[in-house]
Amino acid sequence: MSERDERPAIERGPNGEAGSAQDKVPVRRRFLNWLLGTGAGAVSISVLYPIARYLDPPEVEESETSQVTLPMAPREIAPNTGQVFRFGTRPGIIIRTPAGELRAFDGMCTHLDCIVQYREDISRIWCACHNGHYDLNGVNVQGPPPRPLQRYSVVEQADQIVVSKIV
Amino acid sequence: MASPEPSRGRLWKWLDSRFGLADFERVARKKAVPVHKHTIWYYLGGMTLFLFIVQVGTGILLLFYYRPSATEAYESIQFIMTEVRFGWLIRSIHNWAANLMIFTLFVHMFSVLFLKAYRAPRELTWLTGAGLLVVTLAFGFTGYLLPWNQLAYFATRVGTQIVGVVPVVGEGLLRILRGGDDVSGATLTRFYAFHAAVLPTLIVGLLTLHVYLVQKHGMSVPPSVEAKGAPRRALPFLPNFLLRDLVGWLGALAIVAALAAYFPTELGEKADPFAPAPAGIKPEWYFMFMFQTLKYLPPHILGIEGEVIGVLGFGVAALILVLVPWLDRRREGEIGSRRKWLNWVWVGVIAFMLLMTWLGYTEAVPEFGIEAGQ
Repeated sequence: MSERDERPAIERGPNGEAGSAQDKVPVRRRFLNWLLGTGAGAVSISVLYPIARYLDPPEVEESETSQVTLPMAPREIAPNTGQVFRFGTRPGIIIRTPAGELRAFDGMCTHLDCIVQYREDISRIWCACHNGHYDLNGVNVQGPPPRPLQRYSVVEQADQIVVSKIV
Repeated sequence: MASPEPSRGRLWKWLDSRFGLADFERVARKKAVPVHKHTIWYYLGGMTLFLFIVQVGTGILLLFYYRPSATEAYESIQFIMTEVRFGWLIRSIHNWAANLMIFTLFVHMFSVLFLKAYRAPRELTWLTGAGLLVVTLAFGFTGYLLPWNQLAYFATRVGTQIVGVVPVVGEGLLRILRGGDDVSGATLTRFYAFHAAVLPTLIVGLLTLHVYLVQKHGMSVPPSVEAKGAPRRALPFLPNFLLRDLVGWLGALAIVAALAAYFPTELGEKADPFAPAPAGIKPEWYFMFMFQTLKYLPPHILGIEGEVIGVLGFGVAALILVLVPWLDRRREGEIGSRRKWLNWVWVGVIAFMLLMTWLGYTEAVPEFGIEAGQ
């Protein structure tokens, strides 16, 4: 420590060894400490801000899909069957009821986001993860799901099916 | 009047009784940097370390979006450059800081050579430093391919081919490097593994040893200063030298940020293994002097292929460089080293590297431009 004490005060660091209590710190030292602190703060912000923005993934256009056209003829879906399709970035499920009506729903279980499937043996939409049941209207009827599946509108055309969100 | 044991808060005391913070503090406070006319060169190692830290930070950030496969690598970097907010900045900083880091590393190495800081007992510091140089160059070489663009693709073909020239082990080494007989998607995956896992592991080990040895032996005082008697002044490392270091680091960060903003790294065209090589293929600037030297060698020297001679020559030069601390030992009773002529050797080496690099960049490119190659 001895060579340290022989040095002029200006050569010492900002730890304020020159005085123990805040009021003993010279004005100039206090100003320099303030300058150092705000400078370090400004640098940190200018480094951290771009990093925070970078980590936030950019919006993907697809996620705002409101309508998709499935390249399959309506007759390809037999009564009492269903299949999962892409609705933008989300899964959807299209089913044909035993009575022959075509219906489409959001394919993500409202419980914990698993993808649902159609159970032909019980004619229900079913989630395998935690045994959640939805009826043919997408209403949660058994198990943990808290809400019904969102229903989409279906328009049948000659060789394709148009599924769109109900606004 | 400064109290050697300043009063501390409760948190510090709690940590001290578990970690032994006071021991670390004593060591840190004891560390001092000699002050003499060559003190400025002591900043280069820390500067290289700072740029390395920037590389770790930006490298980790790039991993969030980069995809290491021949079908997706180029597109994922295109996504980083155009879609991700500040993606262009992160990638450009990664590129510029890498170049600057290699530059400061070279300056650091030559300052150690000129000031003879490798003398006993610092041989191992020199050896770990040489290891760090090799690993850093390997970082540069493997990182260059990752964007999977035309220039990188062909530069990697040429660069790995040079490894294949090495007698006996060359062929096997070439296959291990490329992950096959040719540069392909397998090479990209491999280079990614080297760049993001193998080399980081190696560099952390070497760096820890290197920095530990620097702490253990303290800063080396050059023989010319030693001959005049020990330097009278010493600067405490904490906080004086560290604060000066920080000023340098802040300056480096500003330079890197400005370069990244004004000269963002380009992406070029996607690599196509079945397209003819574009004219004017160049390696990164720090490999240019070797590349250019190999170009000037005649096809055959004494019945041996010129390239083999060249590669072996560089190998021998590297070996001599590694062995410098043992080749330049001080004699009995000698203060400092008398081998001043060695400095002229280093001047010659630097002049050779600069000349070859300059020739590499100014040499006329064949008439057909990149357009003609497509």
